Amino acid sequence: MSAGHEPTSRAGRTPPKSVEIHIRRRANPDSSQYWEEFEVPYRPNLNIISCLMEIQKNPVTKAGTRTTPPVWQMNCLEQVCGICTMVVNGRARQSCSALIDNLEQPIKLEPMSKFPNVRDLVVDRSQMFDHLRRVHAWIDLDGTHDLGPGPRMDQDEVQERYAYSRCMTCGCCLEACPQYDGDNYIGPQAIAQVRLFNMHPSGKMNREDRLEGIMGDDGITNCGNAQNCVKACPMSIPLTKAIYEENRETVVHGLLGWLKH
Amino acid sequence: MATNDLKIAIVGGGLAGLAAAMKIAEAGHAVDLFSVVPVKRSHSVCAQGGINGAVNTKGEGDSTWEHFDDTVYGGDFLANQPPAKAMCEMAPAIIYLFDRMGVPFSRTPEGLLDFRRFGGTKHHRTAFAGASTGQQLLYALDEQVRRYEVAGKVRKFEHWEMMSLVLDDHQVCRGLIAMDLQTLELKAFPADAVIVATGGPGLIFGKSTNSMVCTGSAVSACYQQGAKYANGEFIQVHPTSIPGEDKLRLMSESARGEGGRVWVPRKKGDTRSPSSIPENERLYFLEEKYPAYGNLVPRDIATREIFQVCLEGMGVGGGNQVYLDLTHIPADMLDRKLGAILEIYEMFVGDDPRHVPMRIFPGVHYSMGGLWVDYDQRTNIPGLLAAGECDYSIHGANRLGANSLVSCVFGGFVAAPAAIEFAKNVERNGSNGSKIYDQELQLQREINEGLIKQSGNENQYVLHQEMGQWMTDNVTVIRYNDKLKATDNKLLELMDRYKRISINDSNLWATMALPHARHLANMLELARVITLGALNRNESRGAHYKPDFPDRDDENFLKTTIAEYSGEGPVISYEPVDIGLIKPRKRDYSKGKKEAAAAAAPKQGAPQFVSSGSEQKPQNISGPVIWSQNKERVNDPLADDATRREQNKPIEDAGGKGNNS
Repeated sequence: MSAGHEPTSRAGRTPPKSVEIHIRRRANPDSSQYWEEFEVPYRPNLNIISCLMEIQKNPVTKAGTRTTPPVWQMNCLEQVCGICTMVVNGRARQSCSALIDNLEQPIKLEPMSKFPNVRDLVVDRSQMFDHLRRVHAWIDLDGTHDLGPGPRMDQDEVQERYAYSRCMTCGCCLEACPQYDGDNYIGPQAIAQVRLFNMHPSGKMNREDRLEGIMGDDGITNCGNAQNCVKACPMSIPLTKAIYEENRETVVHGLLGWLKH
Repeated sequence: MATNDLKIAIVGGGLAGLAAAMKIAEAGHAVDLFSVVPVKRSHSVCAQGGINGAVNTKGEGDSTWEHFDDTVYGGDFLANQPPAKAMCEMAPAIIYLFDRMGVPFSRTPEGLLDFRRFGGTKHHRTAFAGASTGQQLLYALDEQVRRYEVAGKVRKFEHWEMMSLVLDDHQVCRGLIAMDLQTLELKAFPADAVIVATGGPGLIFGKSTNSMVCTGSAVSACYQQGAKYANGEFIQVHPTSIPGEDKLRLMSESARGEGGRVWVPRKKGDTRSPSSIPENERLYFLEEKYPAYGNLVPRDIATREIFQVCLEGMGVGGGNQVYLDLTHIPADMLDRKLGAILEIYEMFVGDDPRHVPMRIFPGVHYSMGGLWVDYDQRTNIPGLLAAGECDYSIHGANRLGANSLVSCVFGGFVAAPAAIEFAKNVERNGSNGSKIYDQELQLQREINEGLIKQSGNENQYVLHQEMGQWMTDNVTVIRYNDKLKATDNKLLELMDRYKRISINDSNLWATMALPHARHLANMLELARVITLGALNRNESRGAHYKPDFPDRDDENFLKTTIAEYSGEGPVISYEPVDIGLIKPRKRDYSKGKKEAAAAAAPKQGAPQFVSSGSEQKPQNISGPVIWSQNKERVNDPLADDATRREQNKPIEDAGGKGNNS
């Protein structure tokens, strides 16, 4: 592309001739991890994905050894689908929006550590979707036939819901959370979805189903208040606020349940 | 619910596929849903600006008929009108349904749904959730389908890819073959009907605004098994994208809907920073040429104008870029209405569009063409239906902004009952193990094994890149017959070289290499359909523009292109367009529809500014130019379309998109 999108705001240093990338690899779930080093020619405006594409085309290590092409996942490349999440220089983020010009070299790419590693940079995040099923993360419609518009809503309220609704299930919050480790804690993403639906006038009607979903042994009380999640979230979702609000809701819900008995 | 045992397979978990899945599950039937990515990560998330529906809450006298008229007019009259009308009529109910599902649509002070303007209309008709409407709508459907998944009605097969259909001896679709993308296991999935909802084929052009799953591969497989492909040559190039190394990122039309202005410096080669160029030294070329619609002319027109400005060396810094300027709008309003897309620009370019005009250029965006379907979304293969971008209906020769989301949902909602209807009435052909499944499975296994064994010196990624470059250079904004012919020859060459590719991954577990090789073969077939469709259409209409045939030619080409697969390549034929509701008239976006009627026979049309760098349209248009923009007064559709300009420069001079040679 000849269009001149010079990285003006990042200018001021001499561009490197090449980009050095170290990738933590794994052939399949039963084999062990190993590191491989690659080098690709530098061009302005490269991101991690375009470097990986370059390596994929001709998979040769920095030392000149032919190898298998690294495998990763990608789709929208606009940081809205969440699929290309990996650990870049120690931090979980979307690799499409990780621009080479902003990264220290050599760049280290690793798969996320909190999910089963399928191959190379690919992990299996189906657990996050299981959690969405468990917390009843939907509105219970009477039907999809035409019943006219939904409830009127205040724009401020909508904006708060919009913030939660931008969650792309990428898993950055879970990777950063010191408490989350497989099945011991449901984690911030699902709790924020409970908040999203419990705020909605129709969603409120099933709020108890959702609260039950985050009240078990692995529930909301496992949050250690490290507040890493909110810093790690690429969509700036107020995850700690959601945890605070839902914690309050579950306490009240638990208390009421206890009083009824 | 309960007692029914119908099973519908849906391929694709974007808006159209999920809309159909929800409806079928709601009706009590079982759905097998296939998707190459978790459905929540489908390309629909990339839609930004909004969804159209004539709800008329702004007191502008909008109506579903007006929406229908804008859609047909914007599509340059190539769309069959009944389904377009049906879509526009369903649109308000679709928006309300999403509202009930909890989509955080932006609100008015009274708490009602807010609407904004989009291209090709004078009405505020676009409901929006910030600037990530597609993401929000997709999530709403994802949530509803998850509800049915929990209820046991929907089985998801994520990371599974459709390889082919299973057809019986009477060419009736009986299910499909899919591949597990981790194990590469191939498996037959019997179904009583199949709905394909796999989206567009943007990756045929290499870099586009599409997501990486948008290969058109499954659709191409259907085409190669006998499904008709219609209007393939109509490819929408979005006027405003952000060129990147890996893809062209979309900059939503909503930026212009909210007041964004497109301009270049009046002085060629002006090197001043945009903020230091005074207002009167800026050329707002869309506003000057199209006073009525300004920056909100339909996409095909905006794209050609931007292309032309750059072709003439008027682009910013002499390059292929123009300014899209939002800096005159208060930053807090921008954050509220466009936050998500401004973040994308900031993230990938590094400048803050609240304070610095964005630099943008057109990028391949959408296919108006797709699988041929009837008014019930049924393809010509019994038991195979299609919905969403992968079908050809609704948009004609050019799609209006914010009509794609509504057409996806509409398509899914129409396909679902039609699939159920077919499934109820089709004669069932027995069980899982029957012969047709085994045969097709065997065929697909052989193709995979052949590719794995094959060795040669060709690199599949290089072939893909070459295809993308040729298609982008020759089969996008400006098309010439000699270049189209050359492109087809190139595609044949690539098909030949494809026989000598080797899968460069010795580890087949979760490999990207074999699926890509399968995509590439299918993309090449579809690329020929697009190219030859364009070659055969000697006129200019909507997104299809040939300088050698600058006018719309209703006499010869007011018809749908149909491509059918044969061993020797696509066989092209035509069928008439249903124009029974609105008679074709010329498009002219320099005037509003009503004003145009008053100016029935002007000498020059609307006052048009002749700018230094911008060629005025040819003045030798014979006879009085008749501008009819009023649906009550229809003029000769065959008269010259005076809104187009001659562009006799070869495309190389344009330094066109992707032309970095």
